[in-house]
Order: sequence, then C-alpha cells, then structure tokens
Amino acid sequence: MPAAGAGRNRRLTIILVIVVLGFFGFGFALVPLYNSFCKLTGLNGKTGGPVKASAVAGMKVDGAREIKVGFTSAVMPGLNWKFKPLHPDMVVHPGAITTTGYVVSNPSDHAETGQAIMSIVPGRAARYFKKLECFCFHQETIKAGEFRKMKLVFFISPKVPKDVRSIIVSYSFFPVKKRS
Amino acid sequence: MNAAHAHEAHHDELPRGITRWLFTTNHKDIGRLYIGFSVIMFLVGGILAMLIRTELLRPTLLFPPEIYNQIITVHGLVMVFAAVMPATTGLANYLIPMMIGAPDMALPRLNNWGFWLLPPAAVLLVMPFFLMLFGIGNGAIDTGWTMYAPLSVQGGIGVDFAIFAIYLMGASSLLSSINIIVTIFNMRAPGMTMMKLPIFVWSWLITAFLLIAVFPPLVAGATMLFADRHFGTHFFNAAGGGDPVLWEHLFWFFGHPEVYILLLPTTGILPHILSTFSRKPIYGYKAQVYSFWAIGALSVVVWAHHMFTSGMPVAAQLYFMYATMAISIPVAVLFYCWFATIWQGSMTFETPMLFALGYIVLFGVGGLTGLVLSDAVADQQYHNSYFLVAHFHYALFGGPVMGIIAATYYYLPKITGRMYSETLGKWHFWQTLVGFNLTFIPQFFLGIAGMPRRIPDYALQFAHLNMLSSIGAYILGSAQLLLVYNLIQVMRGVGKKATTQVWEGAQGLEFTLSSPPPYHSFETQPVIQ
Repeated sequence: MPAAGAGRNRRLTIILVIVVLGFFGFGFALVPLYNSFCKLTGLNGKTGGPVKASAVAGMKVDGAREIKVGFTSAVMPGLNWKFKPLHPDMVVHPGAITTTGYVVSNPSDHAETGQAIMSIVPGRAARYFKKLECFCFHQETIKAGEFRKMKLVFFISPKVPKDVRSIIVSYSFFPVKKRS
Repeated sequence: MNAAHAHEAHHDELPRGITRWLFTTNHKDIGRLYIGFSVIMFLVGGILAMLIRTELLRPTLLFPPEIYNQIITVHGLVMVFAAVMPATTGLANYLIPMMIGAPDMALPRLNNWGFWLLPPAAVLLVMPFFLMLFGIGNGAIDTGWTMYAPLSVQGGIGVDFAIFAIYLMGASSLLSSINIIVTIFNMRAPGMTMMKLPIFVWSWLITAFLLIAVFPPLVAGATMLFADRHFGTHFFNAAGGGDPVLWEHLFWFFGHPEVYILLLPTTGILPHILSTFSRKPIYGYKAQVYSFWAIGALSVVVWAHHMFTSGMPVAAQLYFMYATMAISIPVAVLFYCWFATIWQGSMTFETPMLFALGYIVLFGVGGLTGLVLSDAVADQQYHNSYFLVAHFHYALFGGPVMGIIAATYYYLPKITGRMYSETLGKWHFWQTLVGFNLTFIPQFFLGIAGMPRRIPDYALQFAHLNMLSSIGAYILGSAQLLLVYNLIQVMRGVGKKATTQVWEGAQGLEFTLSSPPPYHSFETQPVIQ
C-alpha cells in the first residue's frame, strides 16, 4: 500500500479540498437563500417594495373583518432625531387603503440622513402588509431643527390569514453614513 | 488482533532543540505539541474562568462591565478553539496512526503546518487585552463567543483580531481533518477493514467530516462580518437591508455541530477506557459506530434550536425542537453501550476509569438538561439564563474535558513511558467532581430563578448561590493544578516504568508497542487477522 499510497493520498486530498471550498461557497450561498426564504415566508417580518395603485384597482374591502394595527418607532444610535407615529393604533379592514404617517424632527444643530427599516409582527402577516407609499422607500435627510410629516399609504391584503387579528408595524431609523 | 512484533528503540538521528519541534513531521511529536498547547490554553481559559467567578463572588463590580464582557468572551473562545479542539486533535495525531497500524499520518508536512497555525491564533485572541494596556484599541472581543451581529459589527478592534484568529484556527482544523480522513482511508494496515477500526478512529472520522462541512461556512460568515465592518457591505446591517439574524443562522450552522466536534472524539475514547478497566470487550461496536453517523448527520440540521426566541414561525420551532430531541436517541444508544460494557465486568478504579465514569454521570446531566432546553416552550424561560450556562458546562466540561482528562491519564504512561502518581490522580478526580458540581448545580437554580447570563452584577437574591458557585469554581480550578503537577513529574521521568501493555485489560495495536513507543511506530505494517 505505501508504494501506491502517494497518488491515492493526493487524489483524496484534492477531493477533500474541493469539498471544503464547496462548503465555503455554500456559506455565501446561504445569504441569497436566506433572503428569498424570508421573502417567501415573511420570516423576520420582511415586507416587499412598493405596490402600484393600479395593481389593486379592483380590490374588495372585507368590511366584516377588523384588524388592529399598532405603530411603533425607534431611532438607532448615531441619529439625534425624535420619531413618532401619527396614530399609534388604528383599526382597519383588510383591503381598505389607509393613509397614516410618522413625524420626525431633528433637534440637533446639523443635518442628518437616515434610512427607515420596517418590520412586522407576527412575521406570517408580513407579506400581506402592502405599501403604496412609504418614507422607508428612500433615505431622508432632515435639516437642523426641521420638523417633517412623512406619509405612509398601506393596505392589508384580504388574503391575510383569518387568525391574524392584530399587527404591529415597527419602524427604525438607521443613520446613513456618507461615503466619499 | 494479532499485531506484528513490537520494535525495539529505533536508532534515528533526532534533530535537537527548537528546530526539532518547529520542523517536525512526526505524528507523535505533533500530537505532543497539540496536547502541550492545549494544556497551556486550558490554564489560560481557566484563569479567565476564575476571574469571572471572582467578579460574581459577590454582587458588586470589580471590573468595568466592558472588561467583564471581554473576559467571558475570550474564556469561551479559548476553551472551545484553543483548549478542547487541540486536545482532541492531538490525541488523534498521536493515536490514530498507531491504532490503525500506519507508519505516520498521510500528509505529515501539512500536519506540521496545521499545528503551527494555532499558537499565532491564540496570540491574536489574547493580544488585544495587552494592547489595551498600552492604550491601543479598547480591548479584546466582547460580544460573547457567539459574536452576534450587530454587536460584532459595531465592536472594537478585538473583533477583527478574533476574526483573524478564526481564519487561522479554521485553516488549522481543516488541514488536520483532511489529514485524518486521508490517513484513515488510505493508511490502514492490511486486514484492518472499516468495521474493524478502533472506535476512537471512527469517532474522529465523523468529527473530521463534520469539521469539513461546517467550519467553511463559519469562515464565510466571518468574512461577511469583516466586510460589514470595513468595506461597507450590509450582510448583517439592517440599515442597508441586511439581517442580524442571518449571522445567527450562519454561526449556529457551525456552532451546533461544533458541540459534537468537541464531544465525539471523547465518546470514541470512552469505550476503550471502560473496556480496559472492566476487562470486557467493548459492547455494541456497530451500534456505537452507527450512532456516531446518526449524531453527525442530525447535528447539522438542528442549529436553530439556539434561536427559539428570535421570532421563528411555530412550524420551524416545532421542527427544530423534534429534530433536537431526536439526537438524544443515538446518544442514548451510546450510553446504553457504555453501561453494557462495564456491566458485570471486573472493574478497577484507576484514575482514567474514575474520569470515564464521571464523564458518564456529568455528561448525562448535561444531556438531560439539554432536553429541557430543546423544548421550544420551556426555552422561552430558560434561554440565556444561568440554566443554560450550567447545561453547557455539564455538556462540555462533563463530556469533552472529562473525556480528555481520562484519555490523558490513560495514555500518559504509553506516551511518556512512566506511570503517573495514582494518589494525586485520584485527588484530582474527586476534587474536580466536587468542585465542578458545586460550581454548576447552583447555576441551575440561579437560572430557574431568573438570573441572566453575561452580566457582571446581579440582584441581591442571587448572592448566596453565586458565592457557592464561586467557591466551587476555586476548588475546581485548583484541582487542575494537580494534573499539571502530575504531568510535569511524569515528563521529568519520575514514576515507575510503564509496561508495554500499561493496563492489565488494555487492547489494541498501540498497546503492542513499547512505552514510550519508538519514534517511527511500525517498520513493517502489522497484519490484522
């Protein structure tokens, strides 16, 4: 065996190194896999991008159902803003297009840029929460001392599971670092 | 096993001094380097543990909380990556070629490199502490050994040092895993079929496969973390559309199998010890080998039971709960085989046997409390409490560390040619057993009472149990000095000469070689009947 060993060892070693590289790649492949998995299942409360108003033209409002929607807000370290929902609680019918918003102010002495990230609880309701207009679709720059109302137009798809009676919508503003 | 004749001392010119150890490609030298390195890092991690328990001795702050966070993080990383993993790898390097009748490992130079990557990695982990003393940076990594984002994205230079340490340690253990697999597949003595492999060799084969499968994703995750920190990517940064929970998945995809990577080699060494001191053959060889396979396979599909409180859908929680509980079945098979091996044997209780029996009891507690934590409902209460801390110390100290100590005493006469002091060994065992239980039993109660982990200070009602726990830790910590003393004495050549078989009931090819074995084990390969 030792005579023929060197060649066999080299072959098996190469195979194993390829396996290692494969699993290294698999680690990176987990990122898109995870993201599409989350999008599919609404895991971690991720919601999709904007929905066009024309796409929901014929939508029926389910007047028989009421869903309580709560809005929360958070400002991440690095921003000096005050950030609150206009209406902390609302009751909406699935399919009804609703307009609400948040107010933000910048009491500091310099302009700051932030990006709002939203999250929905329970996660399985996330993909039924549709936004027509949202301040979270783009970055916001608030000048020193500025006060601003920001609009959110949304509806809850009538296909939302029957046992979902309340939804919490959470917005967090993260600082955006300017890169040269 | 009718192994070929043992050789008399082999007259090779041994290189002398430091270069012998720096350039060695001999599996026994490298094995000893690994074990020595592991003992040193075990003491480093132990000192950190003593600092932790000193902080928690009374409800007051001795260290600033940031320093405390660094201590617990480095304690965890050092113990897992620099103490336990090198110890089992060292045993593998020393024993596997002798056990399968091979002249050496298949890839000896790679083996040398695999070891010498480790000391720099350990230095990288610990160095930020000292840099901080000179005013550079804000100390070592302080995120907890799990390095959760966003803490690890925001942390100081300690995180970067830890990332590079993970690269080095990853490269090291991947090299040794590849080496071990190639050795086991290609270098077996004639007649040594796969199902005749000593059970320790089997356990390491599964361990090596696990390492190859799960360490690369961690390295990939660490790379993403590094990119998030320095190159403006957003893998784990929610502000840019990333997801901190993704890190938890990547980490635990590695982290849970890692537990079995630490554990399996010692479940492989245990049957050898139990059988030797019961003077009975190993019971259920096949059942144990198949259990290793089952444990290995299940361990990569249960990772998210560490994340029950991260907001998973109920269906996912149920899956991870049942899959986790399923692991207890192959583990129970192992326990059954261990009991059956010693059942009605003519047992004697030398130090290795004491540690092996202690392993069964303590690891049993670790496993059963693991079943409690795997319950997705109960976990909401126990998650990140001291109950968890006590559980994983029973699982990781009660299992791997007890097993490594048992193996050290068991093979010490074989490696050094000298018998260690049995009296000191027994003192070591009983002091360890008392100290360990005194340290961690109170922590179960603290956890149930609601004390969270990773805090430097606590509410007054936890004071008494914490004091008990700290006293236990001092007993446990000082007990390990007996082991170090015993090791030094044996290496100095004190103690009676060991026979070739060392222990009355010892079986296997390694016990057909002289003690200590010749530098090159088998000049002509033994033939297994």
